Amino acid sequence: MAKVIVDVVLKDEILDPQGDAISRALPRMGFSFKTTNVRQGKSFILTLDHSPSASELKEIESAAATLLSNPVIETFTIRVED
Amino acid sequence: MRVGVVTFPGTLDDHDAARAVRYAGGEAVPLWHGDSDLQGVSGVILPGGFSYGDYLRCGAIARFSPIMNSIISAAEQGLPVLGICNGFQVLCESHLLPGALTRNVGLHFLCRDQEIEIVNNESAWTADFDRGEIITIPLKNGEGSYQCDDRTLRDLEENNRVIARYVGVNPNGSRNAIAGITNARGNVVGIMPHPEHAIDPLTGPTSNGLTFFTSLMKSRV
Repeated sequence: MAKVIVDVVLKDEILDPQGDAISRALPRMGFSFKTTNVRQGKSFILTLDHSPSASELKEIESAAATLLSNPVIETFTIRVED
Repeated sequence: MRVGVVTFPGTLDDHDAARAVRYAGGEAVPLWHGDSDLQGVSGVILPGGFSYGDYLRCGAIARFSPIMNSIISAAEQGLPVLGICNGFQVLCESHLLPGALTRNVGLHFLCRDQEIEIVNNESAWTADFDRGEIITIPLKNGEGSYQCDDRTLRDLEENNRVIARYVGVNPNGSRNAIAGITNARGNVVGIMPHPEHAIDPLTGPTSNGLTFFTSLMKSRV
């Protein structure tokens, strides 16, 4: 069994009002570490009953580029956990 | 003129859109997301709502429905298509229009009567307006902030592809206060506020929105 994890985040130049709200909430809750920026993203965890082959990974990459992310505003990274 | 009105699971404003078509003197033809037959319509409206529950991203799942495949091909051939609110999001996800709609600055869902200025009266859906005309129609969305890269923005501005801009305070953080845009040909228009809710003073703030639909009746894009 393997998990293929696709992480999707907004591009740096795209405004992220949710990340900004989190950034403002942190000090309000008493956390003392200082952030210069917070970005919110999402993860898709695809579970396979086997380790993905190179061609399957290529297909997953294509799915990430068409369905899972919107390349106009988002970028994605793919990692595999065996 | 027969005008298709698409219903996806989660669409809310299809009945108002159909009513607007009838008010403008057209015949509204219901189109179902799972069908691919456009039934010979002369224009298509993608109404507002929350297609597929806004899962994944607004409009992202709707874009891959059978009816959208037909609409994308037909729009590329010149069929007039108007996407309102969620329909605008579907058009961006379909790449019929550039850019994307993201969360409103301030994160609040906005619901109010909004002044917009019509800055392009040459599209299939705005030809009946005067250029610079200021109209009031309802705005109601959570993800209405129009975003695109600098090159796209320059292209939109230089080629008269901005259809309408918000007047006064920019309500949602849209770049250049953009409320609506069109494609290069002028047949595909996406707009965030809702013209179909403003076609009769009895049920909306004005009847300003009706002009989008009467424009189509006269259009020969």
